Amino acid sequence: MHHDETFPVSRRGVIAGGVASATLAAAPVAQAQTQDQVQGTTQPAPPTMPVTLKVNGRTTKLNVDTRTTLLDALRENLKLTGTKKGCDHGQCGACTVIVEGRRINSCLTLAVMHEGEEITTIEGLGTPEKLHAMQAAFVKHDGYQCGYCTPGQICSAVATLGEIKAGIPSHVTGDIAAQPTVSTDELRERMSGNICRCGAYSNIIDAIHDVAGTERTA
Amino acid sequence: MKAFTYERATSAKEAASAAVRTPGAKFIAGGTNLLDLMKLQIETPQHLIDVNDLGLDKITHTSEGGLRVGALVRNTDLAADARVRKDYGVLSRALVSGASGQLRNKATTAGNLLQRTRCPYFYDTTKPCNKRQPGSGCAAIGGFNRNLAIMGTSEACIATHPSDMAVAMRVVDATVETVNAAGETRAIPIADFHRLPGATPNIETSLAPGELITAVTLPKPIGGTHIYQKVRDRASYAFALISVAAVIQPGGRGRLAFGGLAHKPWRVEAAEAQMPNGAKATASAVLAGARTTSQNAFKLPLVERTIGAVFEEAKALRP
Repeated sequence: MHHDETFPVSRRGVIAGGVASATLAAAPVAQAQTQDQVQGTTQPAPPTMPVTLKVNGRTTKLNVDTRTTLLDALRENLKLTGTKKGCDHGQCGACTVIVEGRRINSCLTLAVMHEGEEITTIEGLGTPEKLHAMQAAFVKHDGYQCGYCTPGQICSAVATLGEIKAGIPSHVTGDIAAQPTVSTDELRERMSGNICRCGAYSNIIDAIHDVAGTERTA
Repeated sequence: MKAFTYERATSAKEAASAAVRTPGAKFIAGGTNLLDLMKLQIETPQHLIDVNDLGLDKITHTSEGGLRVGALVRNTDLAADARVRKDYGVLSRALVSGASGQLRNKATTAGNLLQRTRCPYFYDTTKPCNKRQPGSGCAAIGGFNRNLAIMGTSEACIATHPSDMAVAMRVVDATVETVNAAGETRAIPIADFHRLPGATPNIETSLAPGELITAVTLPKPIGGTHIYQKVRDRASYAFALISVAAVIQPGGRGRLAFGGLAHKPWRVEAAEAQMPNGAKATASAVLAGARTTSQNAFKLPLVERTIGAVFEEAKALRP
């Protein structure tokens, strides 16, 4: 990762700057609206609640609007922007994080519902210097193109292998009472809650097989 | 999403009391369906009662030889329970055929029963829907209704119940246990839990306001070959066009319940007498009184063929 030295302004910095300029330009309108609302005083302030989130081993106390999803708390309050917002309706899997050892859609749960729970995001799995085995396998097998779904894919993939190991059956498990195994069919079925618009599915399956130490079976 | 206040309930009775005394209150457990609907402002609760701390997350044996599944047991945990996989395979199969791994990790047993229809007009707030806005009409009748109900429909609604789990609960004859604000408990047979739409499709279950589901009990295992056959537009992570939950005994007798056909899991006990006579006879008894549209009439032959496939699978699986 040498680009930081070559280009002192990061892509995220440029985007954030662009948003700030746009906000500045719109400021007079926004102020006028705020004043109107204050003078009208018909709308009470939305209810807020304190919540303590334990994310990637770090504990943070927040006071959030009760409507804040776990996804928005991670991205907007904790600035952990690795977790992505795709559909915001639990259909695409881009927001997948691991809570108390289980992968969930962070867009379909409220931050206040996770008081004290252990939350792991992509930032907690590995770092650019020390990648998690699944991150390294995604790089090795080219398991992405644009990369937007990738943090969710990787969190989901890590949890998927855990679910197979824990004996949780899937729709394609032949004998529902038996211990499931890592097969290509099992991985495809279990990863179906993570959509990749670039269509990197085949390489994603190769990456997960690599980490599991198994071979493609179809 | 509309603003709401939030509390974590500490007992089932307290949760039920809070639901009765607080205007616009709703329980939240997994939240995977409710929050989705709140984002679209189809559900607009003013107060959420989080029931996740009620300790209703255990699966225990009943004195009748069955299982009592706590209301908060996650779909993943119910599907993975060794006793369920061994004695109620149809239930495990139904659970893992629904949703995605992420959703099953959060979705609860009670919440699955209470999930709302996926009729596109229920979701489209620019269109009339008697379920979303009573008295506004039904845009689905005469609209895009390929995946909607053909059994037990009314002039007011042709929505289907989306659950796979509930279909398996129906075939094993589960019972829904509840508590109300007065602390009174009630056991509702699954057959009577979900309602047909009639003139009030907005009323989907026999629960009273504030009544909280505490568990679902499964009766003593009935043996047989357990099959859940789901037909859908893609191989994974899609709702059923139709589904069949089957428990088939040696000799070909047994039980069948269907998803994707009606506003509730569809089971016609009288039709089960036809099972030894084959798929055609069985399907015609199950589908008596069907009302189809030009778009969803395909479900009639699909039911017959899927019953046929289930019978074949049962023969192949029998030791």
